[in-house]
Amino acid sequence: MADIALAHADARRTAPLPGAVDRRIEKSAPLTRFVLRLPEESLTAAGAALGLDFTAPINRAVTSGDRTALRLGPDEWLVLAPATDAAIPGGLAAGLAGRLFSLVDVSHRQTGIRLAGPHAAAMINAVCPLDLGLAAFPVGMATRTIFAKADIVLWRTSPASFHLEIWRSFAPYVAALLHEIGREYPD
Amino acid sequence: MLLIPCPYCGERPEIEFSYGGEAHVVRAPANATDAEWTAFLYQRSNARGSYAERWRHAHGCGRFFNARRNTVTDFFEQTYKIGEVPA
Repeated sequence: MADIALAHADARRTAPLPGAVDRRIEKSAPLTRFVLRLPEESLTAAGAALGLDFTAPINRAVTSGDRTALRLGPDEWLVLAPATDAAIPGGLAAGLAGRLFSLVDVSHRQTGIRLAGPHAAAMINAVCPLDLGLAAFPVGMATRTIFAKADIVLWRTSPASFHLEIWRSFAPYVAALLHEIGREYPD
Repeated sequence: MLLIPCPYCGERPEIEFSYGGEAHVVRAPANATDAEWTAFLYQRSNARGSYAERWRHAHGCGRFFNARRNTVTDFFEQTYKIGEVPA
């Protein structure tokens, strides 16, 4: 889906040179994604089952190996893992036997975009009012927010790079808008 | 832009939030009269000044919370989680 979304965005954008592609914006590798809801008393058991620290504070990302959990709400996580990782539902069911949890596979609901470069924060801030200064939004912070008219999950992976999780029907809109904004911030 | 302090996420821009009407409206009992149901469903205090409201951090943590906002100045006096008693 990301292929279609970004190809579509490429077709529509106005490039300074025909055929030029903004190399700062690229689709992420295929991911498997879950929305995980956990009550307080299940945090450590779930962490042991998936190898992730679910006790990290809200709006933080915790990464262990290939798996990442973004704590988007007090009891809500977005779990990202490579598309080949099929062990999450089984592992969680075994580790949380008899406990309450909710796990929804949203792999095909969303698509990921990676944005990198010295102007990455400024490009997002063109249409997102969140404070993206390193003091207010440090590396490893992740939150749901609003990007122009699209709801996105924004995750800072380094001081100058971000991972955006976008509902797939919004992906052409977000990608095209990022290309358009990128014209203001030449490399 | 107005910053609203979400009790879970901290200060966030206003456009991430949606409004949820007056807070602490107690549901009418099942055997309530028509007048009591009307009051519960439709009648709000609509105060001029300090007003208890529900807000939802819709494009953020997604949670409802309560706020006390001055409807004249638009100043958020305090925000607190659902179920908490305001200070």
